[in-house]
Amino acid sequence: MLIATALAENIAGNASFLENWWNAVSPKLMDGTANFWETIYGEIYRNVIMEGRWLNYLKGLGVTLEVSFLAALVGVILGTVLALMKLSRTPWLSKPAGAYIHLIRSTPLLLQVLIINFGIFASVNVDKIIIGVIACGLNSAAYVAELIRGGIQSVDKGQTEAGRSLGLNGWQTMRLIVLPQAIKTALPSLCNEFIVLIKETSVLAYIALTDLTKAADYIRSRTFSPFTSYIVSALLYLAVISIFTKLVGKLERRLRRSDNR
Amino acid sequence: MITVEKLEKHFGKLHVLRGVDQHISQGEKVVVIGPSGSGKTTFLRCLNLLERPTGGRILFEGVDITDPKCDINRIRRKMGMVFQQFNLFPHLNILKNITLAPVQLKLMSQQEAEENAMRLLKRVGLSEKATVFPRQLSGGQQQRIAIVRALAMNPDVMLFDEPTSALDPEMVGEVLDVMKQLAEDGMTMVVVTHEMGFAREVGDRVLFMDEGLVVEEGTPAEIFEHPQQQRTRDFLQKVLK
Repeated sequence: MLIATALAENIAGNASFLENWWNAVSPKLMDGTANFWETIYGEIYRNVIMEGRWLNYLKGLGVTLEVSFLAALVGVILGTVLALMKLSRTPWLSKPAGAYIHLIRSTPLLLQVLIINFGIFASVNVDKIIIGVIACGLNSAAYVAELIRGGIQSVDKGQTEAGRSLGLNGWQTMRLIVLPQAIKTALPSLCNEFIVLIKETSVLAYIALTDLTKAADYIRSRTFSPFTSYIVSALLYLAVISIFTKLVGKLERRLRRSDNR
Repeated sequence: MITVEKLEKHFGKLHVLRGVDQHISQGEKVVVIGPSGSGKTTFLRCLNLLERPTGGRILFEGVDITDPKCDINRIRRKMGMVFQQFNLFPHLNILKNITLAPVQLKLMSQQEAEENAMRLLKRVGLSEKATVFPRQLSGGQQQRIAIVRALAMNPDVMLFDEPTSALDPEMVGEVLDVMKQLAEDGMTMVVVTHEMGFAREVGDRVLFMDEGLVVEEGTPAEIFEHPQQQRTRDFLQKVLK
């Protein structure tokens, strides 16, 4: 609550009360005579409010959300294509898809990010956000592919037969009948994959992308508070993922409409 | 309408159909009976190529559908199929289940397809179920919808694969009634079933299959009253008791 109030006051340009309070408390923090609550509030002031640092968190959060959202989009589209390729009876489709999935899942995301950044895009000047989206998207696609493949295989064979017996071709049957059911089945795991993705984008700090984790790290380097900035960004991750989980729960309930007996 | 010549099907080493020759005429109701594992379901599934035969030919309205160059999707529009497990699409409501194929295949506009669906639903007494989802219906209702879904394509022949075997006994009648009505309307039908009463009442011709062959065929009277083969007599004795 204190943070929210402080933010509101800061935004309104009315920080005099806080500033006065800080001027009174900071000497006590220096000589170690501050009490418990003064220490806590002092930490929050230095790591969130001072010098408009809350803006750093918000910008970092914005980058994290942008990269995660776009990478998830790449992941779901490419992952679906990979799943369909891997299930194909044509070896020149299924083999490369299988190899790609295996390769991506067998190497660390961080290494993939470094290879794409310093290897593939070494000599070109590309926005770090785009590099992050490509790296995380290509990585996520491998996991999404396996989730979708599992979903497709869980759909009863009779569904395909019913579609084909009506004269629909293989692709129409897949697109209109099998995939919608497969994605519904895979939705909880896809949601989980997206949650993982939001947090894993933090490795992009290695290529100097200022996401939420990097922002916290930067603030620590300025304030020298041992962990306050990290806690703040952790709370922001928690908030975002809580909201996302709620939304997915709503979506799942809507999709379950057809299961009512 | 359908001519089957020397039809064979292997599943690996298993020889399921060992050369079946049949001719099914327009408007004929052919009922296929036989013990489980006799190949009768495989025979039916070969007719619309859900199973690809490993030998022999199938001619449908003069076209060799076993020819790899034949566009089977186009042929299947004219062959409705009803499955033992109904296989309605659980993520679509009843109306969408019925209109999906005709609309996607551009045979009808959405509105035409819906009008046609409502007319057919009325015929099977389920017009008030148009907007519900398949799992909200009983097995008998689902199977009647499945029949309607196949009929919505205006097929020339209807294939039934044990349509009442997955139903609770009290629901068998409502499905058989729809099938009888269909037979009276002159539909060409091939029915794999264990319902001997239905075979006797509706069938023009009964095929008794065993071990991948049609062992005996004839009118219901011939098969049920005067079976010639020992295997037919054994089977009928077991199922009719």
